[in-house]
Amino acid sequence: MTGPEQRTDTDRATDAPQQSGARHRGSPARDSIVPEADFESYYGRPIVKPAPWEHDIAYYMFTGGVAAGSAILGAGADLTERPGLRRTSRLGSAVALVLSMFFLIKDLGKPSRFLNMLRVAKPTSPMSVGTWLLSLHGPFSALASAAEVAGLLPSRWQRGPIGLALRLGRPAGIAAAVTAPPVAAYTAVLLSDTATPAWHSAHEELPFVFCGSAAAASGGLGLIGAPLGESGPARAFAIGGAVVDLVAEHRMEQSMGISAETLHQGSAGRWMQASKGLMVLGATGALLGRRSRAVSIASGAALMAGSLCTRIGVFEAGIASANDPKYVVVPQRERVARGEAVRHSG
Amino acid sequence: MSLRDSLFNWDGMANSLFGPLDPAPNAGYDDPPARKGFFTDTSICIGCKACEVACKEWNDVPENVFAMLGTSYDNSHSLNANQWRHVAFIEKPAKATPPVDLGMPTLGAAPNDVPEEEKPDFQWLMSSDVCKHCTHAACLDVCPTGSLFRSEFGTVVVQDDICNGCGYCVAACPYGVIDRRRGPDGDPSVGIAQKCTLCYDRLTDGQRPACAQACPTESILFGDVEELRRTANDRVARLHEQGVMDARLYGNDPDDGVGGTGAFFLLLDEPEVYGLPPDPVVTTKDLPTMYRRAGAAALALLAGAAVSFVGRRP
Repeated sequence: MTGPEQRTDTDRATDAPQQSGARHRGSPARDSIVPEADFESYYGRPIVKPAPWEHDIAYYMFTGGVAAGSAILGAGADLTERPGLRRTSRLGSAVALVLSMFFLIKDLGKPSRFLNMLRVAKPTSPMSVGTWLLSLHGPFSALASAAEVAGLLPSRWQRGPIGLALRLGRPAGIAAAVTAPPVAAYTAVLLSDTATPAWHSAHEELPFVFCGSAAAASGGLGLIGAPLGESGPARAFAIGGAVVDLVAEHRMEQSMGISAETLHQGSAGRWMQASKGLMVLGATGALLGRRSRAVSIASGAALMAGSLCTRIGVFEAGIASANDPKYVVVPQRERVARGEAVRHSG
Repeated sequence: MSLRDSLFNWDGMANSLFGPLDPAPNAGYDDPPARKGFFTDTSICIGCKACEVACKEWNDVPENVFAMLGTSYDNSHSLNANQWRHVAFIEKPAKATPPVDLGMPTLGAAPNDVPEEEKPDFQWLMSSDVCKHCTHAACLDVCPTGSLFRSEFGTVVVQDDICNGCGYCVAACPYGVIDRRRGPDGDPSVGIAQKCTLCYDRLTDGQRPACAQACPTESILFGDVEELRRTANDRVARLHEQGVMDARLYGNDPDDGVGGTGAFFLLLDEPEVYGLPPDPVVTTKDLPTMYRRAGAAALALLAGAAVSFVGRRP
């Protein structure tokens, strides 16, 4: 490798503003008919900054999706007298919510920083909206799972506050189900409302990808925990969710423009590949294996893993798109060249 | 605006999210002073870094995470929490166009008596970059704690004692300005978002920001944004008259994707050559669409669950 000290100023001057060619790492675009993007940059350094987040945020979105989907399934199971599915969903929802809060707070650093976000309510900040949504949904979910635990206790203990929790289980579960969908959907807005090219350009379809993913994962959890006789709705929810996830993800790639590349490259590409494979496998298994407990459990696990892979893949694609100035410059240049420079038209 | 309006009336909010407006009155200040900003004329920047140093000294910004980058004379890398002013050094091949002999009479030394082989084969572009203090500031809009606020001067300031370090502003800024402080160890604000305050403390005291005060060539001008825009237009017109046809303004247009910036620039090449986005758009412009799509997806999730239960008996 030639070190910078061995190159002349003229070399540097010649190649400095044209950094695009060298930055393609094992991309499928190299063999495709799409020409290599030609653009100028400042020594190839990033223009926008990648979100300073770790994988915790991807885990947070996954567990939040499981919590939300399971809260809905739990209420449905409660209303249709499916105790096994209800228990799995309510407890799974509460555990996932606790894990979700754990990952959020781990990323923030300390619990007081979550409380600090409750000092304002800002509709222009999806993170503020999400904080309030979680604060609204959380207590109902907790109460519904408390009722579930209370139901497992000996009947002579089911008096006083425990008895009250038992009686409040159904209304709390319904309230949790009604407040759950925004919890699953808002994380897409959270990512899209940034200057990160891959996330912002996905803003039309990402909510559907994430809600589909949440349904697949929570339905998958239902398949793992509920007896075969009760798992019908979870099975339908999971298969439907997987289909929506796959279809919305496909449409998203069509509308994202050049930054869709980041969903196919590097580790983000591997996560997305794994996600698609697991979703297809899990959905097929769930569809065909309805008489086998073992196949159902394996399919549920595959769907949950697929959902997790989707979140990590989308997360990593965004980080990769922020790190390469190409994904900032080229779409904006192309838009201006088409005569669509963004101007307020009064 | 009532709570109900602010939560549900997105059409009413659309103007707060996109389009030209005076930010301080929009943020609720009654009778604020004129909007303040920077006009950075890079055609007279000499890359002396006095602005970088003055900013660090006045604002007590700790050392940058120092690295010899090996690509240019610019080792301060980029705007970030430890670098509120950043001077870019761009080494470009010299213009290939040969001088044209107009046959004009000259006085004194002829302008073209430098032998061809002694002329440098490259040219320098230098530019002192800074937070743009956007009219529609994405960092400010997405901050979940209210740590970022709009000052009475129309600028955007972080209160580091309220900031959570959640990093949302970092990802939201279309210019890659704001960042979480990475070091040095022991600094109380490590992990907290930091950026140029346009020397809020100096402004409230009637002084110029430190960088503008220190700039020896007056490449950095500070003042009322309206007046600076006039100055900038005059300067571009003069450069065009002198044949510098590459001169252009960046960020001065109140109708652009961020509603115009409080800190804008005269550039001598395309913005991306300086590491600036060519035509940035504030991400919150699409926020009403995002919420509508998320709402539709959320309803679909609930409906999908309902359908899963319909017609099935345990």
